[in-house]
Amino acid sequence: MYKVVCKALTALLFIGFAFSSNPLKYAKPKLSDYGFFVGDLAKQQPSENVLPYEVSAKLFSDYAIKSRFVVLPKGEQILYQSNEEFIYPVGSTLIKSFHYPTDIRYPEKNIRLMETRLLINTPEGWIGYPYVWNKTQTEAFLEIAGERLDVSFINNQGNKESFNYSVPNFNQCKGCHVNQNKMKPIGTKARLLNHEYEYPEGSMNQLKKWSILDMINNLPEISTISHTPNYNDPNDGTLEERARGWIDINCAHCHRLGAPGETSGLFLNIEEKNKTRLGIYKPPVAAGRATGNLKYTISPGSPEKSIMIKRMLSKDPGIMMPELGRKLVHKEGVELVSQWIKNMKKN
Amino acid sequence: MRYLFTILALILTTKISASDIEKDLQTQFILAEPGDTIIIPEGLHDIIGTLSIDGKKDLIIRGYGMDKSILSFINQVEGAQGISITNSSNITLEDFTVRDSKGDAIKTQYVDGIIFRGITAEWTGGPKPSNGAYGLYPVQCTNVLIEFCIAIGASDAGIYVGQSKDIIVRNSKAFHNVAGIEIENSINAKVYENHSYENTGGILVFDLPDLVQIKGDNIHVYQNLIENNNLNNFAPPGNIVGNILPGTGVMILAADNVHIYENTIRNNKSVGTGIVSYFITEEPMTDKTYNPYTSNIHIYNNNFDRKVGLPTLDYEIGQLMAIKYGRTIPDIIYDGMQDPNVSEGLCLQNNIEAKFTNLDIEHNFKNWYSPFISNFSEDKSDFKCISNHNISSNSY
Repeated sequence: MYKVVCKALTALLFIGFAFSSNPLKYAKPKLSDYGFFVGDLAKQQPSENVLPYEVSAKLFSDYAIKSRFVVLPKGEQILYQSNEEFIYPVGSTLIKSFHYPTDIRYPEKNIRLMETRLLINTPEGWIGYPYVWNKTQTEAFLEIAGERLDVSFINNQGNKESFNYSVPNFNQCKGCHVNQNKMKPIGTKARLLNHEYEYPEGSMNQLKKWSILDMINNLPEISTISHTPNYNDPNDGTLEERARGWIDINCAHCHRLGAPGETSGLFLNIEEKNKTRLGIYKPPVAAGRATGNLKYTISPGSPEKSIMIKRMLSKDPGIMMPELGRKLVHKEGVELVSQWIKNMKKN
Repeated sequence: MRYLFTILALILTTKISASDIEKDLQTQFILAEPGDTIIIPEGLHDIIGTLSIDGKKDLIIRGYGMDKSILSFINQVEGAQGISITNSSNITLEDFTVRDSKGDAIKTQYVDGIIFRGITAEWTGGPKPSNGAYGLYPVQCTNVLIEFCIAIGASDAGIYVGQSKDIIVRNSKAFHNVAGIEIENSINAKVYENHSYENTGGILVFDLPDLVQIKGDNIHVYQNLIENNNLNNFAPPGNIVGNILPGTGVMILAADNVHIYENTIRNNKSVGTGIVSYFITEEPMTDKTYNPYTSNIHIYNNNFDRKVGLPTLDYEIGQLMAIKYGRTIPDIIYDGMQDPNVSEGLCLQNNIEAKFTNLDIEHNFKNWYSPFISNFSEDKSDFKCISNHNISSNSY
């Protein structure tokens, strides 16, 4: 009953606040209201103007499988940026859906859609809206206060994982997407898009595709653009490049200058070169019990003595990193970053 | 219109149960408009995820009193804070309690104008390393006021203001924390009329390296009662406050332009007031912009008192003090590391009953086995204040 009331209230709010400064004024109550997909909504068949894309290094989200789409207003273009997020025209939307198959070794079989997050570039800047899929998988509804859902799936080792999945609330969206007090996309950087994608009409480099479709302005020669490796693929970059790629996409949205993790003085973005700021022999600042009795964020040669690994392994909300969006341990990520630390020379 | 009333009535009747209060408060925090007051109902409310406020201005969050409106996070499964407030201005938190959060109790970041008034942040299971790090935790904020608050049981600092500017902490109590009150890398702080007791350390003023706000400045700590801070240090190892000796009243670490006056500092068994450089932590220093020295430290018109007894013997400095001074430990302890580029490092004036020692660690600690303790110096003559600090009558 409470949920029904909540939905009714949400609907009322749209009417009530349509002309106030309420951030919800740019959102629609249901995913289908936007017309991003044709046919059966759960199949997520993109309509015209909606283009799927993939990032090479992915944020770990409890092994959820994500599909991503970009939508631009008709006739408008993205302004290319070499290192930062692209600049999008107002009215653009980035769409990200999260699903679990019953067995993640078969990612597209028996899937359950959990949520679809929209990042909309409004006249007041980017705003994130979480939509939660109903049980019958016919629709997703805006849930500004987030949601908690029980999930289970068979993992890569063939074992059952059961946990309480969290859909972020409206504020938590911003918790990750904030930079210099402004909300921003995270994944659509040139270096994360600079690889082949299987389009229905054939494989093509994504940046090239965006350029051919006239979606992007000022794209330089693609061979001059850097590429962040797929950290899961040992053939796509050195150990260090893949580990730094993992750390960048999983940590640097907070741990960079201008973002909430900056208070720690730990900067984990891929461009960072200063060893202390990267955590090497760096004592923690405000970690509390999350230090796990260890002295340094990264102890070269000793992943087991590195706070970074300790926090990647934890599921305790007062210790774990990232603080949000994770209930399970990313075993493959821990393994990769541990190897990188292990191979570092001690002082 | 009739439907509206029906729905409102339904909401009023359905939001009573505990888990609904969490969703209801979070929804109100998201939808709040400037000028709104959000009420935390009476009762003990079980909250399992961080409550967050972001991008709001002119908001009051008010309970019915710190004993009446209690948010308990003992069953928290998500989020590293009890309450998180970010990117906001003019936010007032009043008259409620945040209890047993898994990480920090209330963290506010990038807020201009944050008031904590009549707030308790506590961990109820006694002082334990598994308690959250900070109770009240404004960081990178401006115009911070903390008053009539209570902080209990933090495994780092009960009241901690970091990398902030224009700060008042007054009329508050902190006990059973590792650090009672800590001001770190902050500018323009007044800390007065607080009672900090039964912590490991009473009041700390620190400047640490590798932070965004590089240097603190202009910190006034006055008319506080700082006593019986003799609690075992229960900070999880690896934290800088793990270096605080049990029995510390006031500790100034690598800070600049700090004024400690008209306080009553008593029965802190190891260090009444310590003034030390970052060198004493023996941590590596790679931040070229960082100044590890203390400078312009003014300590005057304080009342010191200490019962005869041994300092802590758990820490090397405590052992050395005991060897040298036995059961009558000096009240003001300086590591003797003076910034060569600053004329006034430390000045002392009219500290009643205070005994002083200069450890002179640069010369005495070159070899751990050197007969350094005989070189500890009680000579205050190098540390006279250039300007005269008047005695005020309204100290404790």
